[in-house]
Amino acid sequence: MKILVPVKRVVDPFAKVKALPDGSGLDTSGSKFDVNPFDEIALEEAVRIKEREPETEILAASIGGPECEEQLRKALAMGADTAILIETAEPFDPPGVAGELAALVEEWKPDVVLMGKQATDDDCNQAGQMLAALLGWQQATFASKVEIAGGTARVTRETDEGTETLEMPLPCVITADLRLNEPRYIALPGIIKARSKPLERRPPKTGPSPKTKVLRVEAPPPRPPEKKVGSVSELLVELRGRGALP
Amino acid sequence: MRALLVAFDPSESAAIAGFGKALGVPCDLLLLSGEPDSGYGAESAKAARLTELPPADALAAGLAEACSGYSHIAAVTSMRAKDVLARLAGLIGAAMVTDAVSAESPTVFKRPIVAGSLVATVEALASPLVLTVRPAGFEPASPAEAAFEAISLHCEGKARRIESSEGGGSRPELTQAKVVVSGGRPLKDAETFERLIGGLADALGGAVGATRAAVDSGIAPNELQVGQTGKIVAPDLYIAAGISGSTQHMAGIKDSKLIVAINTDPNAPIFEHADYGLVMDLYQAIPEMLEALKR
Repeated sequence: MKILVPVKRVVDPFAKVKALPDGSGLDTSGSKFDVNPFDEIALEEAVRIKEREPETEILAASIGGPECEEQLRKALAMGADTAILIETAEPFDPPGVAGELAALVEEWKPDVVLMGKQATDDDCNQAGQMLAALLGWQQATFASKVEIAGGTARVTRETDEGTETLEMPLPCVITADLRLNEPRYIALPGIIKARSKPLERRPPKTGPSPKTKVLRVEAPPPRPPEKKVGSVSELLVELRGRGALP
Repeated sequence: MRALLVAFDPSESAAIAGFGKALGVPCDLLLLSGEPDSGYGAESAKAARLTELPPADALAAGLAEACSGYSHIAAVTSMRAKDVLARLAGLIGAAMVTDAVSAESPTVFKRPIVAGSLVATVEALASPLVLTVRPAGFEPASPAEAAFEAISLHCEGKARRIESSEGGGSRPELTQAKVVVSGGRPLKDAETFERLIGGLADALGGAVGATRAAVDSGIAPNELQVGQTGKIVAPDLYIAAGISGSTQHMAGIKDSKLIVAINTDPNAPIFEHADYGLVMDLYQAIPEMLEALKR
């Protein structure tokens, strides 16, 4: 089985991020970057499948500048067999990412695309579903359990009400949610071994034709300052005063 | 320009029609399931009366046919809306804006990014445009009589649902509740969580929420998770008990009108975002509140 895992380079999801003073984007000066946490979960799932079925091949792919090599090396260290960097300086929005990934799927012909449900920088939650639509494949988003056997994927997914389980023939796109697994810690030998694994670079096959454009990024309006209350009765008096209690 | 406002069930109609008003273009309402109640001022209303919402591949295919000719297709944001509408956008080659919180014009919208720490103003460069919309940003529309036209959606797909958990219980839906009481890891176990957090929610007629840590440790079910990757809530009153206030959790509660934080740690980040802060052990504070609310 062949599994494609797209990997996005994102600004450290646990650091505070500010907007640039001119509002043109995120101020990432001095920021660390990492693999989008949901893509890391997707990759971990692919690696676990490979551990059960050693015939499995995993390709990690990233779209972006040369700096994305860092994230692809991490993917290789986690257990991807090969990596491809689709190198571009142009911004790709989710429809663009889906289009470019669809071209890669045509070329590499995976049975499954496993990717994060959303990126923690733009929080769009679009690319996986758009890719599935472009390919005419089935999809299982927000996955919390994945079983693949005999050309069928059985995916338990988180829903607004709880969970549901879908069954679908391969090929399909599966997007990972938080509780699918806990990604492994990468030990030093894995990092060293990853340096010699193949990493191909090539330009995009599709032209950038963004369907959306970010005009401005800014801090949200501040909330009024907090008021400390000393007791439960004082809190309830305040809340009644604001008409907030039934 | 003409917008198709999609309500997965009748509980979403007023909110999505409110967005339609803010958008300022003529709107039609499409109700996918449930019995039609009100058209909420849409120019025309259609009801598909699906008895069960099919998986995304089938539902998006049905919607792709139904939305032909529309410049905007919008639904209230939810996991199912993101699942289905992003696929729809892929099928029809649309631009997409997720989690819109305001409409500056029919093509320019604001939306939160990076777990709500920043707000982006986004312009759609292509048409049609698919949106998921956060109700907190828009005034709900008032009920208005409407004649619903029956339509049938051709939902064909290869994914099959073989199991699903029932939603529910008697509490209000988390994303629509006027009061939400949430608890974190200090609640110890499921029984304590239900007794204290559930008890206070019931006393206030509210819904129950939880942090990722509480869900991960099995204290609360996953559908109660509030935050960047869980539910986005926007109640009039949000009470956070034993919650430190990670960026990821705050992303889910920023639209709340009043935030009350109860925490033993006076330096917990949640206090920076709260309107009222009570530095107290929740095991003391919540029973006291329950007692006081009885009176």
